[in-house]
Amino acid sequence: MSVRVVGLTVAVLLLAVTVAASIAVGSRDIALDVVWQALFGGAADSTDSIVVLDSRLPRTAIAITAGLALAVAGALTQAVTRNPLADPGILGVTSGSAFAVAIAVGVLGITTVQGYLWFAFGGALVATVVVYAIGSIGREGTSPVRLTLTGVALGAVLSGIVSAMLLADPEGFAAMRAWESGSLEGRGWAGFVPVVPFVVVGCVLAFVISRSLNAIALGDDLAASLGARVRVTRTLAIVAVSLLAGGATAIAGPIAFVGLMIPHVARWMVGPDQRWIVAYSLVLGPILLLAADVVGRVVLRPGELPAGIVTACIGAPVLIALVRRQKAFGL
Amino acid sequence: MSAVAQRELVVCGALALAIVLLAVVALGTGDYPLSVVEVARAMFATDGGFDTTIVLEWRLPRVLVALVFGAALALSGAIFQSVTRNPLGSPDIIGFATGSYTGALIVLTLVGDSYVSTAVGAVGGGLVTAAVVYLLAYRRGMQGFRLIIVGIAVTAILHSVNTWLLLRAQVEVAMAASIWGAGSISLVGWDEALPAFAVLAVLAATVIVLARGMRQLELGDDAAKAHGLRVEPARLALLVVGVALIAVVTASSGPIAFVALAAPQIATRLTKSAGLPLVASALTGAFLLLAADFVAQHLLPSAVPVGMVTVVIGGLYLIGLLIGQARKPL
Repeated sequence: MSVRVVGLTVAVLLLAVTVAASIAVGSRDIALDVVWQALFGGAADSTDSIVVLDSRLPRTAIAITAGLALAVAGALTQAVTRNPLADPGILGVTSGSAFAVAIAVGVLGITTVQGYLWFAFGGALVATVVVYAIGSIGREGTSPVRLTLTGVALGAVLSGIVSAMLLADPEGFAAMRAWESGSLEGRGWAGFVPVVPFVVVGCVLAFVISRSLNAIALGDDLAASLGARVRVTRTLAIVAVSLLAGGATAIAGPIAFVGLMIPHVARWMVGPDQRWIVAYSLVLGPILLLAADVVGRVVLRPGELPAGIVTACIGAPVLIALVRRQKAFGL
Repeated sequence: MSAVAQRELVVCGALALAIVLLAVVALGTGDYPLSVVEVARAMFATDGGFDTTIVLEWRLPRVLVALVFGAALALSGAIFQSVTRNPLGSPDIIGFATGSYTGALIVLTLVGDSYVSTAVGAVGGGLVTAAVVYLLAYRRGMQGFRLIIVGIAVTAILHSVNTWLLLRAQVEVAMAASIWGAGSISLVGWDEALPAFAVLAVLAATVIVLARGMRQLELGDDAAKAHGLRVEPARLALLVVGVALIAVVTASSGPIAFVALAAPQIATRLTKSAGLPLVASALTGAFLLLAADFVAQHLLPSAVPVGMVTVVIGGLYLIGLLIGQARKPL
């Protein structure tokens, strides 16, 4: 058994631990044997089992799905743009999603997740294309700095408009406000189930193109001579990123920095092979988001700090470490 | 007089004219509309009655605050951009405004709500943030892009801290703090405005004194040394004044983004000058903030804090700047 498989097994075990923590820890601590009984014992009347089944379980599922979707989306963006600073949050993709959802909720009066899901995807797709197009104008091609700045600028514009809309019509946006906070609390199953197929498709796409992405890492010309279809791969990657980032944003709100950190950790563990990076991101992303969510529940008891806020606090120092590195841009 | 200086004079004149026109319109617009003639009469007549109350007591403070704060932000931005030699090296990009907000929030939640303590908190928070960003970005010299990315990262961290502080605070404190944090000049009356104006006037005078050194620094450290300038003290003095300018504004109004970023660049393009034109920058900043406040107050379906308007306009401007500069390395 290779080292990579062992590492992946350890990561899966770690994931199991964080899942257990996510179900057991909160403003009401529940012992693990009670959790077990609530899940499999059938004693469904106690308060504990209601908390576990209706609140903690969907919340954990959302954290897992959003975490893996964001991490894989980050791995794809970093590979396609050859930019180590790429992250769906930093590049404004999640802001595009949030903006489209705000339009759907505020202007068109759509309030169900099934309804605004499409807007989340559309917003993510448009934002990805716009940022990439603006970021890659110019002779020297896509520069990491320009791409990052474009994303930040677009994100600032869109979130400025969204917060103005929220402020203008507090009642109409009550649902939006909870969604936008980046908190995983109280979202329930209804918003989660319809998104799952899209995230699955996105992940499958990510695996399908990972071999071509390995070739693209060598440069477009060399990749083409190795038989990789550069243009098709890029397009598929953008579709996958939109599905994953849009889906994650639809169920969990805008969450930044998961997609930045996890691919770097994965690359540090398994080297530059995109196939393994995607596989590790699938497991490590949920660990991070679950851990962030649990930390957020503990630090402000009995209140909560949204998971998105915790990930930003952990992720931003990683960004600083990356730009301080000597060969920051050798991906 | 050289062609460039002449152009600068013309641009400044045009900007001043535009500011006066916009100010008159702003003074006349509101729930109780007044014509240009009525505004003029209200301002200069001794017994203007209700019109005078509206114009002098209600609308004039807000217009003046927008103008003065806009000019101060623009000056601060010009100083930072000149010292970092980077059009993006403005205090709002490198995390200064968010740091001021953090400082103010800490003071608000621990000490309580008063103008002086908020101001001290905002200035302290801003200074510490600026220092931290600078130190983190410094590694065998300073690179523009590293400063900016570190600024973005530090902004993200502080944003988390701010949310945490707001969630911990009592509801009333959190409400007051988040209104302040959106960047609004609607709550600044004469009592808060006049002390801020006095401090800003002193700072602006200091900028005039330091401007000569700034011009020499723009030529590069070696050339500045050759002209007999003591480089590091001059740079430090400029930075302190730049920080103080934006801190005073932030303490009164909350963080107002992007005026400091955009105004000096727009002024440079208008005047086609080689360095950053200080007077034209200040006038552009004044015009920008007054225009943004007019949009925030009157043109949107419901009034929003001016900070939200400037962030949208400024972000669009930054995107435009990136497209325009595509052929030049940043």
